[in-house]
Amino acid sequence: MEVDSLFGDYPLDQAFDEMREPGGALRPHYRALAETLARLPQEELQRRKQSAELSFLTQGITFTVYGRDEGTERIFPYDLLPRLITAQEWDRIERGLTQRITALNLFLRDVYSDAKILRDKVIPRELVYSCKHYRRQMRGLQVPRNVYIAVVGSDLLRLNTGEYVVLEDNLRVPSGVSYMLTNRRVMKRTFPQLFHSYGVRPIEHYSQLLLATLRSLAPEGRPEPNIVLLTPGVFNSAYFEHTYLARQMGIDLVEGRDLVTHDNIVYMRTTDGLKRVDVIYRRVDDDFSDPLIFRSDSSLGCGGLFNAYRAGNVTVTNAFGTGLADDKAVYAYVPDMITYYLKEDPILPNVKTFLLSDDKQRQHVLANLDKLVVKAVGESGGYGMLIGPQSTARQREEFARQIEANPRNYIAQPTLDFSRAPCLIGNHLEPRHVDLRPYILFGEKVNIVPGGLTRVALEKGSLVVNSSQGGGSKDTWVLEQ
Amino acid sequence: MLSRVADSLYWMSRYLERAENTVRQLDVTMGLMLDTTGTSAETRWQRLMASLGKSGSPEKTPGMEWNGDLDAMARTLVFDSLNHASVTFCINGARENARQVREEISSEQWQRLNRLFHQMHSQHAQAQFRSSINDSLASVVDGIHLFKGVSDTTMIHGQGWQFIRLGRYLERSYATATLLEVYQADMFQEREQDHSGYQYLELVGLLRCCTSFEAYCQVYTADLSPDRILEFLLLNRDFPHAIRYCVDGIRDAIDAIQRNGGRRPPEEFTAVIGRLHAMLTYTTVGEILAGEPGAFLHSIREQCMRIHEFIYRNYVQYSIQSALAT
Repeated sequence: MEVDSLFGDYPLDQAFDEMREPGGALRPHYRALAETLARLPQEELQRRKQSAELSFLTQGITFTVYGRDEGTERIFPYDLLPRLITAQEWDRIERGLTQRITALNLFLRDVYSDAKILRDKVIPRELVYSCKHYRRQMRGLQVPRNVYIAVVGSDLLRLNTGEYVVLEDNLRVPSGVSYMLTNRRVMKRTFPQLFHSYGVRPIEHYSQLLLATLRSLAPEGRPEPNIVLLTPGVFNSAYFEHTYLARQMGIDLVEGRDLVTHDNIVYMRTTDGLKRVDVIYRRVDDDFSDPLIFRSDSSLGCGGLFNAYRAGNVTVTNAFGTGLADDKAVYAYVPDMITYYLKEDPILPNVKTFLLSDDKQRQHVLANLDKLVVKAVGESGGYGMLIGPQSTARQREEFARQIEANPRNYIAQPTLDFSRAPCLIGNHLEPRHVDLRPYILFGEKVNIVPGGLTRVALEKGSLVVNSSQGGGSKDTWVLEQ
Repeated sequence: MLSRVADSLYWMSRYLERAENTVRQLDVTMGLMLDTTGTSAETRWQRLMASLGKSGSPEKTPGMEWNGDLDAMARTLVFDSLNHASVTFCINGARENARQVREEISSEQWQRLNRLFHQMHSQHAQAQFRSSINDSLASVVDGIHLFKGVSDTTMIHGQGWQFIRLGRYLERSYATATLLEVYQADMFQEREQDHSGYQYLELVGLLRCCTSFEAYCQVYTADLSPDRILEFLLLNRDFPHAIRYCVDGIRDAIDAIQRNGGRRPPEEFTAVIGRLHAMLTYTTVGEILAGEPGAFLHSIREQCMRIHEFIYRNYVQYSIQSALAT
């Protein structure tokens, strides 16, 4: 088959296409992939696709969809074609993310200690203190190595200029890394030769890096720390990931009911009696972590955990209160943080963001709701969002009312025509919108495994990539050269 | 090992053992109903319920009162996932426990159990049950056997595996004791009068309930007599479905758990197991029959329950204060 006949309904417009140049020619680094696909007989391609899907199924790689009674375990949809990132592009992303995460961490330390940045009026005091993820309890608390955000997954988009921008930083409990790892494993089996010929940088050591990061944050005087992963339990949407990571790292997967505290020390109940816990990789939100400090109706956490943490007897990571820095309104100030703390220019730009607590910006946004994307500041996962061009008048009215009622709770951004990558739809390639979530680890230093999770809005024309809303994923190959 | 994990593995194993036991007993009972003897279908069904330990809790096991429609009742006993007596209920329970300790069991174990779970819920299983109940029940037992096989070959034989054994042997001891207790009254009554083939069938049925007919024949030949059967199922040292073998297994598992880093069982705990072990090792079937076999069997069940309580008290739900003190 000719390369051209691979393309089905493959329109090129102003959005950046990962595979093709505006004129239609293949980008050089995608050529080998397209040629390999063109050489494969249709049946063979379909066979590989099925075999890849079956592999996800039997491994039980599923996520949970909320709000449905039956069949709540779903397979995460998967696209067969890898997304390619050149060494040059990656270098910039890596430097940009390192810079950004370093600044965000400094910001958290500052806000929870001297709050210089507020005194210098770089960020409005009110904006920080009105954030619902700000945790007063963290003031003046010394965290190990001053690392607040050890595990981060930032979402990047690529604009029509080809430039990568940061859409949001997930600084609380980012998920999806298990899909990155399992995608790669399946991909290596599906296209072994192609993988080899491309020279792809490895990511498989992520679990090891994560374990090393967690170990590096252990309380002092605990040379052989007992590290555990705290999960909300089997009903959480990311439960598969929790079991996967625990198994890969060889650490215990605990639930809140496994933990007890005594004299500010956290223990887990084992068949050998109580065993001290030193580091908790927490996949439970702040709110549910300790009923004595946060939400008292939570049964997912462990009473007394926060006091043990405050006493320095246990490390909990990410730290509490980090959601402050991924608040979508605080996000608007990240470039200013980079300049303020690092005296550098931001390498990765932000998306233009309108703060609705500002009267002038709010009037502008309300007048242009049909063109903008409105997001609730403290939400994630694609919830609490209005996409202007795809909304109905009624939805816009509803959002306008909510914005007027609580302007601090919303921000607006232009509707981005972010990049598209080829996906195998039926027998042909069609472009679909993609984002990129690299996973960043911050222990002794910042570590980023090359690539990350490329999420795909599998529905034609859709801009929503979240797994909870019909998104899928593909493997991401960062090339050596 | 986390207490919660041990608990889940223990129950996963107990549920599977229970499912297997239910399937076997149902299979045998339905086979016996084909022969028209003095024992009515209703009596047989009630005896089945009693030996599954389900006669006393109608609120959890609705539809298990004899109503004359054997097929429907059998289907309920296999497929009704809301009925606590059903096979499906047990397999759901096993799978739910396994799902909560996904990181502790091997992928092969999970896949096997998952497949069995999906099998129970498939249309195909219902259709197969309609066309051949025997095949249907056999395929469930196969599924459980495969799971046990991969458990033994793919899992580290550490604490987790020992908790699986503990669950299996405790459930089996209890179930076999219950079965014998229910049957023993009839077994010895009919001994004098009946020399037709029916009593033979009854006794074969009893042995089949414990998959022990062939094993019995190897030890005693096909000369079936109630006291030998009682001796075999109670006191045999080498047959995995004999209660004595199971109690040895429980003792081994507890020892191994301690060797692998589990808490040291308190003396009263080892004493309970030791007493039961001694009872089965140093009593002869003649002594049992001279006394009250029913009471003897009942006492085994009670001791099993005490062992279960001690397992909980020692490994799972111990008081934090006592654990801090050590």
